[in-house]
Amino acid sequence: MTTLTVFYIGLFYIAAIIFFGGLAYRIYEYSRTPAPLNIPTTPAPTTAGGVVVRMAREVVLFESLFKSNKWIWVFGWLFHVGMAVVLLRHFRYFQEPVWFWVEFIQPYGKYASFAMVAGLAGLWARRFMVDRVRYISTPSDHLMLALLLGIALSGMMMTFVAHTDIVALKAFALGLLTFDWHPLPADPVLLAHLTLVAVLMIIFPVSKLLHAPGIFFSPSRNQVDNPRDRRHIAPWAQALERDNA
Amino acid sequence: MAKIEFEVPALAEDSYTEVPAIKPGAMSHLKSFIAPQAPQEFLGYPWDLAPDWKERAIGRMGEHLKKYRGLRVFMDACVHCGACTDKCHYYLGTSDPNNMPVARQELMRKVYRRYFTLGGKIAPWLVGAEDLTKETLDKWYSYYHQCSECRRCSVFCPYGIDTAEITMAGREILNYVGMGQKYSSEILGKVQKIGNNLGLPGPALEDTLLGMEEDMEDETGVPVKIPLDVKGAEVLLVTPSADFFSEPHVESLIGYAKVFHSLGVSWTLSSHASEAGNFGLFNGNYETMRKVAMRIRDAALELGVKRIIVGECGHAWRVAYAFWNTLTGIGYGGDDKFSQMLQKQLDDRYPQPSHICEFTWEHIQNGALKFDKEANDHRIITYHDSCNVARASRMGNMPGGQFIIPRSIIKAVANNFYDMAPDTVFESTFCCGGGGGMLTDDLIEARVKGALPRMNALNDVVQKHDVNFMATICAICKAQFTKVLPFYKFDMSMVGGVHQLVGTAIKLG
Ligand code: SF4
Ligand code: SF4
Repeated sequence: MTTLTVFYIGLFYIAAIIFFGGLAYRIYEYSRTPAPLNIPTTPAPTTAGGVVVRMAREVVLFESLFKSNKWIWVFGWLFHVGMAVVLLRHFRYFQEPVWFWVEFIQPYGKYASFAMVAGLAGLWARRFMVDRVRYISTPSDHLMLALLLGIALSGMMMTFVAHTDIVALKAFALGLLTFDWHPLPADPVLLAHLTLVAVLMIIFPVSKLLHAPGIFFSPSRNQVDNPRDRRHIAPWAQALERDNA
Repeated sequence: MAKIEFEVPALAEDSYTEVPAIKPGAMSHLKSFIAPQAPQEFLGYPWDLAPDWKERAIGRMGEHLKKYRGLRVFMDACVHCGACTDKCHYYLGTSDPNNMPVARQELMRKVYRRYFTLGGKIAPWLVGAEDLTKETLDKWYSYYHQCSECRRCSVFCPYGIDTAEITMAGREILNYVGMGQKYSSEILGKVQKIGNNLGLPGPALEDTLLGMEEDMEDETGVPVKIPLDVKGAEVLLVTPSADFFSEPHVESLIGYAKVFHSLGVSWTLSSHASEAGNFGLFNGNYETMRKVAMRIRDAALELGVKRIIVGECGHAWRVAYAFWNTLTGIGYGGDDKFSQMLQKQLDDRYPQPSHICEFTWEHIQNGALKFDKEANDHRIITYHDSCNVARASRMGNMPGGQFIIPRSIIKAVANNFYDMAPDTVFESTFCCGGGGGMLTDDLIEARVKGALPRMNALNDVVQKHDVNFMATICAICKAQFTKVLPFYKFDMSMVGGVHQLVGTAIKLG
């Protein structure tokens, strides 16, 4: 086994530990922090089922963003949906045999990458062209877009321009899962792609990518509008009651 | 009045308020008066920066992050997408980029990143993290008092990030290090010591109410009463103290009195709880808000009422509707001692608390109230949704009832009604510009400029439909518009309450 392979095996294990561990820790943190007051942005659903629907519309359709700004919505939605399909397509590298629906979306996944890139490019352009967005953009905002574009473009290179050794890559990927390690093809484009993905996984739990789990914990979106019927009281507020009735 | 040294924005051609190009620093000079020793001492806060203010501030921020999931998630979740940047009336009116919701949040987020995140500790320049300096603290003070906590940004953010929550935490931390705001802190003192925000003592209140009763009887020939501290009354009405003597607020109090009179419902005000407003909300201090709310529980228990009804006040309705149950047990579902006592005492056929509009609408629907709609024919009416009612509460049992019920009442008591442009009402309503603890003369520049989007929307219906009356159900909105309308060459008496219209048209039985 080459040093290169060993390095990437190590990198992906570390990245996976940070990604899953970090994300689990954040989710634990968010879920343990109380929301002492009922603050859904109203009009809000009055039942838990209604909240599930509201959340689904936010997560799938980006409803609030749609109300807010059609350009950001178009670019943001293209990017996220494109990326979701592309990610699902990647399942095939981690399973044998490949599930039917993963096979089915392969051709769509290929072209979804264009949507992803178009969305990212649009979002990035706004960071330069709209003075208000330029004002709030930090270096890390630009780097994040560069990182995602880098991942998308290097992936597309391998799909559309210079194919990499898919059979060997799949053996490597499956090997990671089964701890039965196989060599990684030394294709520079592939290595760039994998490195960027690992970087993304590592920064995920310490960056604004936390918007992904964050939205599910956002009290203005996930609370039921029922404060006259239910007494919401956080543990620390309960303690206040005991101290000074 | 002090000399006015700023330019009043020009009204647009139609309802749409143009999104301006950014002018950094345009409003950085604005600084609300700092609270002096007396009110700060009363609230348990310092009134001067101590040498260790920075550690205190960061420590306090850590506490807030642990106590409030909203703040915690909002600090992490923003992606700088910019969707909120053109949603704040203060940005639209002032062009100052720090008045864009995300930039306002960023004033705190920069500090959060520096002291509470890995990226900010290792590479502050990369992620936009900054040390907490006196300069930053001053910016907090300036810009956290140019936010009316109206939640408009929260409607439009893909993650629901509510800048109001961040402003509240920011102000609490500022108070904690000794930079309280004079206006809010003094009011919080008065309401707790005297019973209302105006500092109107019981006997003076009694006199005022007697005077109003006489005036009403002279005018209508009917002895409509405004009872105070009546034990065993059916209804306790908790209303903003402005209703007792400010114009046009009193007109709504007269309206409520006439409604109760017509229905023959016994009701009372309370001198102990002669204020619905709760500025504890604005300063993000749960304990203060709880103490202020407790007056209502005390009054309800002492007077033995069956129903608690809240008068026309936006933020008060938010606190009453969304927080009273949590803070004091007024409502259903609680199993502690006071919740149980209240549930036993209060009439469970009704939501507790109820809004006066819910009450009036209930009796319009069942035919118990009769109106002479023509009495309002001299008015061509529009309706301003107040932020806290629109985006932080509800009326009735259907989401959005807070929009439908007041409009239904207006249409039941008057013939001429026109809504303003759709993107300026309902959940997208623009703030009056004076909410959230900004209703003070030292912030008049932000108040006038922040009113621009609402003024444009109003101007549009004035041009199109000759609207001459803007009804609203918030004491702050009424006071703010009375002050600000003349800056835009409108008549200040254009603004009034929904129950002012009810009071005009009601047939006293
Ligand atoms: S809460 Fe209202 S005033 Fe404050 S930033 Fe958001 S839109 Fe502006
Ligand atoms: S809309 Fe929300 S996520 Fe976007 S910049 Fe504003 S606060 Fe951040």
